[in-house]
Amino acid sequence: MTVNLTINGQKIQAETGQTVLQAARAVGIHIPVLCEHPALPPDGACRICLVEIEKQRGLQPACTFPATEGLVISTHSPRVMDSRKFTLELLISDHPLDCMTCEATGDCTLQDLAYEYGVKDSRYQGKQHNYPLDASNPFIQVERNKCILCRRCVRACSHINGVEAISVFYRGFNAYIGFGADGRMQDSSCEFCGSCVAVCPTGALWPKMSIGKGRPWQVEKVDTICSYCGVGCKLSLHIRDNQIIRVEGANGPANHGWTCVKGRFGYDYVHHPDRVLTPRVRRYLLEGVKKPENRESRIENSKGGTNLDSLVSNFWDWVETDWDTALNIVAEKLRTKRDTHGPDSIGVLTSAKCTNEENYLMNKFARQVIGTNNIDHCARL
Amino acid sequence: MNTNPQSFGYAQDGSTIRNPQSFEPVLTRNIHRPDSEKIATYLAHGGYAAVKLALTKTADELIDMVKRSGLRGRGGAGFPAGVKWGFIPKDAAQKFVAVNTDEGEPGTFKDREIVERDPHQVIEGVIIAAYAVGASRAYVYIRGEFFLGVKRWIKAIADAYEHGFLGENILGTGFNLDMSVHRGAGAYICGEETAMLESLEGKRGNPRLKPPYPAQIGLFGLPTLVHNIETLACIPHIILRGPEWFAGIGTAESRGPKIFSVSGHVNRPGNYELPLGITLREIIYEHSGGIRGGRELKAVIPGGASTPMLTADQIDVPMAYETLKAAGSELGTGAIVVLDETTCMVETARRLTKFFAHETCGRCTPCRIGSQRLYETLDRIERGQGTMDDIDRALELADGIDGITFCPMGAMLVNPARSAINHFRAEFEYHIQNKRCSVKI
Repeated sequence: MTVNLTINGQKIQAETGQTVLQAARAVGIHIPVLCEHPALPPDGACRICLVEIEKQRGLQPACTFPATEGLVISTHSPRVMDSRKFTLELLISDHPLDCMTCEATGDCTLQDLAYEYGVKDSRYQGKQHNYPLDASNPFIQVERNKCILCRRCVRACSHINGVEAISVFYRGFNAYIGFGADGRMQDSSCEFCGSCVAVCPTGALWPKMSIGKGRPWQVEKVDTICSYCGVGCKLSLHIRDNQIIRVEGANGPANHGWTCVKGRFGYDYVHHPDRVLTPRVRRYLLEGVKKPENRESRIENSKGGTNLDSLVSNFWDWVETDWDTALNIVAEKLRTKRDTHGPDSIGVLTSAKCTNEENYLMNKFARQVIGTNNIDHCARL
Repeated sequence: MNTNPQSFGYAQDGSTIRNPQSFEPVLTRNIHRPDSEKIATYLAHGGYAAVKLALTKTADELIDMVKRSGLRGRGGAGFPAGVKWGFIPKDAAQKFVAVNTDEGEPGTFKDREIVERDPHQVIEGVIIAAYAVGASRAYVYIRGEFFLGVKRWIKAIADAYEHGFLGENILGTGFNLDMSVHRGAGAYICGEETAMLESLEGKRGNPRLKPPYPAQIGLFGLPTLVHNIETLACIPHIILRGPEWFAGIGTAESRGPKIFSVSGHVNRPGNYELPLGITLREIIYEHSGGIRGGRELKAVIPGGASTPMLTADQIDVPMAYETLKAAGSELGTGAIVVLDETTCMVETARRLTKFFAHETCGRCTPCRIGSQRLYETLDRIERGQGTMDDIDRALELADGIDGITFCPMGAMLVNPARSAINHFRAEFEYHIQNKRCSVKI
């Protein structure tokens, strides 16, 4: 069912059950928001999206007010503009305003709103919070002084991840975002999925690995699929100078913009010097010689020789090679084992990191190529 | 226990309470009796007769009676009680009654008196209300500091169970009602009905978004009737004496008796049950014995700390919802705080705003930061560090916060500061210019 309403003189239609904000968004009318996030239930806390609705006493929040028949709404009347400026002035009166060095600059809803409404400073000066910086965990830095208590993180933690590690402690001006029983993030039930970081409109929650690595406009964003598991979350890699400096969830069919701790924070292996980039095989396999004795048995056999290092054969070394060579060796070994000991002497274990299609192929490989039913999957272990 | 009613403002023989239209106190009629909180005393003075009568009527008849009585909520908002009862959906499988005894409004102490001295009166009201709306469970949310009140509620409920007024098949009518008491943990905002429901559910006491109203989605997601206990205490009397009797008291839009908690610079502070529509002057000068030490009256807060104050020349206003609104204030909880000429209005505004800044839940921006900034501005003026701009800044803050907050608390918290500045601006200016108080104590 549709309802008819008028926004800024424009007659529009909305679906029953939509809020004024959703109805306005659907037809491209801009209403600024701060605590509202499309994926989270509305909270009505920030009072930025207030609009003037005829026959309503005070200003009403567009994010929660239901779109009903005959509403006459104005989204940018002088009264609304004054109220938004007032609210912004209150917010920045307790905000560090260190945008020059703030990580969130360029990616900060509060900054954007202050720009949009021309709020340079606050007429209402007073006490400012001076919470210590909490950088005690490896993933998420918590800078409470920049928190505007929009509760997006609280809602993301409870509604998206279902963990409820984040909540508000104390009340009034002294209310702040805390974790678990008001302890450190790592001591709470937090899984470091980083959804709170993803929804934070300011620099209050920031990925620790990205600090000082680059501004939002300095990065190139490359979409990819996470390689950690078969879910296939779409990720957006933020790349600067050919280095990944941050990973965010992108809106893919499997993840709708969310991702987990591995996808979001587990990217340091990409540029790690120890990362294995080419196939490697043992030298003895490459050179086709007999498998040498292992280190322990050689030491045993040498009966207290002089130089331990010289005792270890270099036939054990890893040698970089190409895929064909490596796979040929694997195929040859598998064939020999199957022919010598029978197909059931071989078992195949596949991975949850693989896609369905890859796991299907492994299944085919085990049953048809090798000829064994010994196939299992790590998710069953 | 203080058994001397005189100290609480009640006259033993009733002689000092003058009642226009031969008004007879009903809500406080038992309060001065010895052991008034006990069920035996209550039963000996006609207790639970209203329940017996009400359970013979249909729910619609009861709702209609309350509607006709003109009873409005006594917790501050003044919403018509019968209309609220009518909002509770008839077809819901389970419904609740939530009894708001989280009396936190500064200046108000009427609920405590009722709870401590006549809890059965309220239980009776709850049973009737629950029967009328079809609720099977009643939750009492009581302010945690009311130790004696909690004790007496619990005892009263146990006694009511024993006498068959609570539990299964009440008085053989097949109506079931369970009741339990839950203590608050010291938050003013939990007196707001939806914050109280959140707190009852074991959550942080933050107000909920309205609509949906508690009548549709209340406690644990079920339709819930929320009432202040003074409202509930009126119910048995409406049933027994009839809605016409109740509607015959008071003014056109404010019916029935009301307990006024008078505090501040009067000779006899205390709770006074009087008809709505009585003038502020009569309450202060006749019932409360006038101003302490024969001093001059300066200002009156007529309905609890969150209502705008009135000046001494406004005290001929009748204490009723509509007349106080016209005078620029509210009836609120009917808590009258009397301020005499020795009161510094800057300090009054500062102290009251400090209370609200401390009690705001912190959910929405204007209330969370605005209340703090308003307090800081008033504090600067009070300490002689203010500038003339600060007066306008305080008014700007008050007007800015008013009307844009999540719950009504924002609109309420600006009242002390705004009304004090509007009525006594010269005092604020004096503070700024002379860096001291103009009040000679």
